Amino acid sequence: MNEKRLQPEAPVEEEISEERRAFLRACALGAPFLLGAFRGEAAEAPYNPHEHLYAMGVDVERCIGCGRCVEACKRENDVPREPYYFRTWVERYVVMTQGETAVDSPNGGIAGFPAVGGERGLLRTFFVPKLCNHCANPPCVQVCPVGATFSTEDGVVLVDKDYCIGCRYCIQACPYGARYFDPRSRTADKCTFCYHRVVRGLLPACVEVCPTGARVFGDLRQRSSPLGRFTRLTKIQVLKPHLNTEPKVFYANLDGEVR
Amino acid sequence: MPQQLTRVLIVFVVLVSALVVARHFLIPKTFGEKGHYRTAGLEAVVKQPIHYAGREACTPCHPEIVETHRKARHQTVACEVCHGPAAAHTEAPTENRLPAPRERGYCPLCHGYDLSRPTGFPQIDPVAHNPLKACISCHNPHQPEPPHVPEECRACHGQIARTKAVSPHVLLPCTRCHNTPVQHKITPRTVLPDKPRTREFCGSCHAEGAPSPKEIRRVDLQTHGGRYLCWQCHYPHSPELD
Repeated sequence: MNEKRLQPEAPVEEEISEERRAFLRACALGAPFLLGAFRGEAAEAPYNPHEHLYAMGVDVERCIGCGRCVEACKRENDVPREPYYFRTWVERYVVMTQGETAVDSPNGGIAGFPAVGGERGLLRTFFVPKLCNHCANPPCVQVCPVGATFSTEDGVVLVDKDYCIGCRYCIQACPYGARYFDPRSRTADKCTFCYHRVVRGLLPACVEVCPTGARVFGDLRQRSSPLGRFTRLTKIQVLKPHLNTEPKVFYANLDGEVR
Repeated sequence: MPQQLTRVLIVFVVLVSALVVARHFLIPKTFGEKGHYRTAGLEAVVKQPIHYAGREACTPCHPEIVETHRKARHQTVACEVCHGPAAAHTEAPTENRLPAPRERGYCPLCHGYDLSRPTGFPQIDPVAHNPLKACISCHNPHQPEPPHVPEECRACHGQIARTKAVSPHVLLPCTRCHNTPVQHKITPRTVLPDKPRTREFCGSCHAEGAPSPKEIRRVDLQTHGGRYLCWQCHYPHSPELD
């Protein structure tokens, strides 16, 4: 009786397993595409900020002063186009033999730089990209009277634009001049390390477009990453270390004249 | 319970409940969940729309160009550097077409001669370099090889050539000091020209008894400069005289 019942079922089961095998194979082949398609949503749910500590490396020797980062930042983050509002900008340093140093940044370097006038007496000249240093010890967060600017658990300093009262204390407090007053919302604003991109697994816009790889972005908790390599194998400095702000933007090949 | 204690308790309860009510209305929702800030403020930043799609986004539709570009010298230059933010284009490719900069002013943003740029970065003088001709008529931006093998060193080493042109070494050809294999012009980074290694090389013109024209400056190789090699003090492409 049992045997009779089992016998017709056996081939059916085989057929199913055959089908299932095909289905599984299709899944295995399609998985990367599916993962790719849902990466945006999928990354949001299990994103755990405690696993990350974001930082940026800037190799001054590689910066060509093309200003593509400034352009990309303005477009990605809808920063006002007027030449007073920058989340990132490029400075040109011109050190003369007499000792004086001239720094300029016409419109943040967004449209390049005019030629240096006269090579006589010129000692050295170079570009330095600047942005918010996302300090571990941020003076801007300390002075905010309402808690509208804050450090996230993954080490990024952000502004809560709906809660900011526009008192400008943080703009005064930032020793790097990295903040500006958004004239449209009348709130403080600054670089977010493109937090909205980073939590989705993308690079900040300025790093994405840097044509020479002068900017390196990554996670300090991960050793095998471009930033891990950058911090291991290059001699790095931070800006204004004496202020004890503990910046998370690291500069390689930085000149002593840079402030 | 003494009467005065009851009164104090009532006042205390009223004050505490006033504090609780005030906190309820004054402290915004989601404040203090993760730290001294509103979680909603963090979420507002996360919700910001993305404009730059990232370099992987181009591959599925433009595999040939991406493949060419991946092997070319512009491999580190992301597509969105020149073509602009592409997130809208990836969602509706035909409605949101991306611009391609074709005007002559665009390429010099990176490749125009600028003293402040790092040495060795390929630069041209936008005024003198084939005036009025569009860059893309000779160079393919996805694979920007020079249109023909350069005849002179200055085609690539413009910064050094310009420096040398106003220096006392202006009359020396590059090959006087650098033995340059022909292959260097074709695969410049794999076959490199050599450089002088000894003080005697500079001494072949600048030593006291050297068979060179009288007006060339002379030094005593035995005493001048101590343990240093010539180019540790003098930059050969623009030798400092003082």
